[in-house]
Amino acid sequence: MKITVAGETKEVKDGITIAQLITEEQVETPEYVTVSVNDEFAKSENFETQVLKDGDNVEFLYFMGGGQ
Amino acid sequence: MIKIRREDYDNIIRHARKELPNEACGLIAGTVTGEDKVIEKVYFLTNIDHSREHFSLDPKEQLEAVKDMRANGLKPLGNWHSHPESPSRPSEEDKRLAYDSSASYLILSLLEPEHPVLNSFHISGEVSEKEELQIKE
Repeated sequence: MKITVAGETKEVKDGITIAQLITEEQVETPEYVTVSVNDEFAKSENFETQVLKDGDNVEFLYFMGGGQ
Repeated sequence: MIKIRREDYDNIIRHARKELPNEACGLIAGTVTGEDKVIEKVYFLTNIDHSREHFSLDPKEQLEAVKDMRANGLKPLGNWHSHPESPSRPSEEDKRLAYDSSASYLILSLLEPEHPVLNSFHISGEVSEKEELQIKE
């Protein structure tokens, strides 16, 4: 099936989960990554179980913060 | 080296002053040619911590900004935030939460309100290095 990841269309295996996609995409420091699927933010506790569907639009966003 | 237009520099200071006493924050995007970066757009995001000592970008606004960068052919260059009461240098927390050693981290100090100081840094682990920042008139 085809999904869009960070604006690029990619072929991925059917039934792929968010966690598997994070591994496939070699996302750095995944503990700091927020994932949106079709503009909805996925809960990190669901990464292992949330299955992506054909046509989904996925974005990886890195947490950005700090303090003085 | 990283370059920023005078107008964008002034807008960052204006926005940060408006957000006082809290920290202000946002993203920067632009072009990269070799070692030179040019900031073409500054994004002003909500600090969801609403704190004078911490900042976290609003993820929804961050998502919109990333889409806008892509739509306009701009590359994400890094982020910026203000230090209302401390110098323009990365804090320990800034270093801990900096995940991208190639990004530019702009820090605006409003320690002396009439003399704001904006510096850019590269951060890798515990080490931060000042990056030359040029204001384009």
